[in-house]
Amino acid sequence: MILVFVETEAGGASEPSLEAVTFARDLATRDSGELAGQPIHAVVAGELPAAAVEQLGTHGVSEVHHAIGDAFSAYGGAVWAGAVEAAQRSTGAIAVIATGSPRGNEVLAHLAARLGVVMAANVVGCQPPFLVTRQVVGGAVLEEMQLDDRPAVFSVAGHAVEAGPAAAPVTATVHEFSPEVAAADLVARVVSTEPGGPDRSGSLRSARVVVGAGRGAGGADGFGPVSELAELLDGALGVSRVVTSLGWRPHHEQVGQTGSRISPELYIPCGISGAIQHWAGCASSKTILAINTDPDAPMVSKATYAVIGDMHEVVPAINEEIRRRRG
Amino acid sequence: MTNVLVCVKRVPDSSGEVLLSADAQSVDARFVGFTVSPHESCAVELAVKIAEDGGAATVLTLGPDDAVEQLRAALGVGCTAAVLIEADLVGFGPADVAREIAAVVRDHEAAGTTYDLILLGNDAADTGDFQVGIRLAYELGRPVVNGIKTAEVADGVATLHGDSPDGGVETFQVPLPAVATVLEGGVEPRYPTITGRMKAKKVKIETVEPRQPPAGPHRLKLTLPPAQPSTVEVLGEGSGSATAVVDLLQSLGVTR
Repeated sequence: MILVFVETEAGGASEPSLEAVTFARDLATRDSGELAGQPIHAVVAGELPAAAVEQLGTHGVSEVHHAIGDAFSAYGGAVWAGAVEAAQRSTGAIAVIATGSPRGNEVLAHLAARLGVVMAANVVGCQPPFLVTRQVVGGAVLEEMQLDDRPAVFSVAGHAVEAGPAAAPVTATVHEFSPEVAAADLVARVVSTEPGGPDRSGSLRSARVVVGAGRGAGGADGFGPVSELAELLDGALGVSRVVTSLGWRPHHEQVGQTGSRISPELYIPCGISGAIQHWAGCASSKTILAINTDPDAPMVSKATYAVIGDMHEVVPAINEEIRRRRG
Repeated sequence: MTNVLVCVKRVPDSSGEVLLSADAQSVDARFVGFTVSPHESCAVELAVKIAEDGGAATVLTLGPDDAVEQLRAALGVGCTAAVLIEADLVGFGPADVAREIAAVVRDHEAAGTTYDLILLGNDAADTGDFQVGIRLAYELGRPVVNGIKTAEVADGVATLHGDSPDGGVETFQVPLPAVATVLEGGVEPRYPTITGRMKAKKVKIETVEPRQPPAGPHRLKLTLPPAQPSTVEVLGEGSGSATAVVDLLQSLGVTR
């Protein structure tokens, strides 16, 4: 059995968690050895919306292990990993997988430390049984790693696969359980949460269109036209690391290896050269339209479309044209 | 009085093109130089800030003799002591590194210095394992909070703030001693002053050997993703391209 740690949100399972489920199901479908035909189970701590159970079944999860009780109501890496550990021990899962989100990687690292096994973060491919390929150096380099421990513990990099329904959807059975919790596991838990406002990174990560700006903006006062374009397209503004380092824009707008990872339908990077640090955060964009003075910039050669020119001339002209057509 | 230990890692500066070593076990950094992750620069800044309110910040790294460069950089911005666990990083996995750091922490504790708060980067810029801080906490039997951006310490309790999954702010409170891993974005790393640099040069760096041979990173090899030939379609040059751009935006359905 392959166990997937699934994160939930109000509307159901998180999309990256469904990607991890799809990745696990694909392993069991493709393999002719140890993993062939293995059922997929999910483990959830905290809220389990009914929509999540339905989605998990659609994606091929036959059983959902739901840790219930006060201990699991607020997030804590140790206590949630304790729930995953209990589910692994009771089912004898040969692999435990999560998405490579902050919590996915955190819970798996706790699990690996508790079980004394190796963990691989941000896997993009796997030859069963468990020769994994994973992203290192912000995705600029791939590492092949052999996972001989059982359970094999690894996270799946966001967008490594597209989440998709199983050929034979099932109705997932929910098993509620209340594993014993050590006092030490309850020490580091969330004590309070302030909701994210419209100016926080949540809106950037979920935006359908992101307009990016980099060094080419030239200064803190160079973001007017790109902000306007983002507004016209009902999108969000994202910036490169140099922009936040120079203090031109706040850090929560940063796209990159040490900022937000985005996957919009359309990304419009303006005056961004496309260094590894930035590419790590925007590589999953469906379509990229680069605006840059340098036709040889990495961002231009990696883009789907490009305009060669100064963002300070090109972007206002685009804004003007959009307004003109809207009349 | 808060004693902070901050752990950093010497990594290749991979902002440009990346080359691999001949044995495909590491990134060849001969032409690019070395740095630490932005997360760790922020961890150093947090450590120094906390120490300024009463206490001291010590910087530690596991790496080659050359990693003294990264230790001196941290000393230059306010750390006052430094430890080098001298070892060839390539052969060390995250569990090995955690065990070696824990050994130093226990030795210092036996000698009378307890680290109330240990800060690390959330993930290394090169190997991206996402686990040294957590494994270290388990080695030491301490609570750990991941991905914090700011921290305050008072009355033996650390109040730590990070991002919640929906982009809000979540807060943890943990009794000291504790471990936390830091993400870039909550504090602005300071630049070293001339006097800071001068002081840093004079600090004697404690150098120790690893306690045991590493189990290793279970790495078979590194590869570079295949280069994708550029398929970019250039829509035009300068402001004259606006018509073609807005045609595209309309065909993608992002504007009417």
